[in-house]
Amino acid sequence: MGSQKISLKVNGVDHEVVVEPRLLLVHCLREVLRLTGTHIGCETSHCGACTVHLDGKAIKSCSLFAIQADGREITTVEGLEQDGTLHPIQEGFWQEHGLQCGFCTPGMMMTATAFLKDHPQPTEDEIRVAISGNLCRCTGYMNIVKSIQYAAAKLRQGE
Amino acid sequence: MIPPSFEYYAPTTAEEAIGLLQQLGPEAKILSGGMSLIPLMRLRLAAPRYLIDINRIAGLAEIKETDGALKIGALAREAELERSALVRSKYPILVETAAVIGDPLVRNRATVGGNLAHADPANDHPATMLALAAEVVATGPTGERRIPITSFFTGFFATALEPDEILTEIRIPIPPPRSGGAYVKLERKVGDFATAGVAVQLTLGRDDVCDQVRIGLTNVGSMPIEAQQAEEVMRGKRVEPEVLRRAAQLAAEASDPSADLRGSVEYKRDLVRVLTVRALNRALEQARRGA
Repeated sequence: MGSQKISLKVNGVDHEVVVEPRLLLVHCLREVLRLTGTHIGCETSHCGACTVHLDGKAIKSCSLFAIQADGREITTVEGLEQDGTLHPIQEGFWQEHGLQCGFCTPGMMMTATAFLKDHPQPTEDEIRVAISGNLCRCTGYMNIVKSIQYAAAKLRQGE
Repeated sequence: MIPPSFEYYAPTTAEEAIGLLQQLGPEAKILSGGMSLIPLMRLRLAAPRYLIDINRIAGLAEIKETDGALKIGALAREAELERSALVRSKYPILVETAAVIGDPLVRNRATVGGNLAHADPANDHPATMLALAAEVVATGPTGERRIPITSFFTGFFATALEPDEILTEIRIPIPPPRSGGAYVKLERKVGDFATAGVAVQLTLGRDDVCDQVRIGLTNVGSMPIEAQQAEEVMRGKRVEPEVLRRAAQLAAEASDPSADLRGSVEYKRDLVRVLTVRALNRALEQARRGA
């Protein structure tokens, strides 16, 4: 048994991909589908730079084989923007200077968007716990928290 | 950091998965949440020839009370345990345990069954399941059997599961009234293994007498440890500070830690003593509040 054909829906677009079972989802996204917004940091499920949504849940795409995602829906950072309009979380990171080098940003934003769906009015503590699986080595956590608060407020207005 | 090649199977029933285990033999490995196995494969510390992904087996993720027990399906995710209203209201020790495993993203994938079947002495559920006197349900070619948690762990990363068996469920006896439990873990940072962890589940009788208590220890030996002498010193006695101090001392003596970057042997052993007192006090508070 070698490579197998799988189907993935990524950011609303259906893809059929032939994968070796050992191909990790993050490699499939970046190298096969050329969606390089999802980053590879530690490769051992610590840093969260590779966070994407799998059927709406935030997961680390370096710790899932692409073949496991067969038939499922994935959202990456490229799927946040809609028709040229930034998602409130992207706007928040921009307005609140939520990034310095930007390496952790895609993962931070994917974790935050999944979290805000269940926590429309988060406390600062809840935000800090929510992003505890995402490392920022510029140590810009203050502004990341503010960016998520900005997005939470903006999303509440939109309802 | 690319894992070694393997053949992949995704059965949709437990029977099919067991058939594959029989057919493929000892080089097959079950893939559940994958939060330990996949990083190990990336680091080339594990290289199974066959992976049997059980995530597509339906009905293995339930969390419910029936027949006097809380049943947790092997595929229940840690995040589901944290969110479950039933678990939050009646089994806070399980919520406390789940909440300190990995990080929130890891917990969206990590399973309770995997945390036990992997049998890493640094994993957190083993101590909690020892405290709760859980049973592990193993399903094999001839059906189900129940393994008491006290005989489930047989060594360093080793369990009583047969090569053709799958852990399908965990059963926890519903605690009687005036019970309480706590899991207290010291970790250097989110996502780290415990420097030490202590799980306590107890039941109070009349006059603050301890009717039942079980104490499990995390990452202070080559296997999860039940601090039996500490339990014995408490059973049938009023839970006065001196009794708790003595139990904590015995729990520390039951530990057998190794020195590593997290601390020296002496430090970890004393940590077990301190964490045991904290866990006992938290469990007692809950038990006294309970009807």
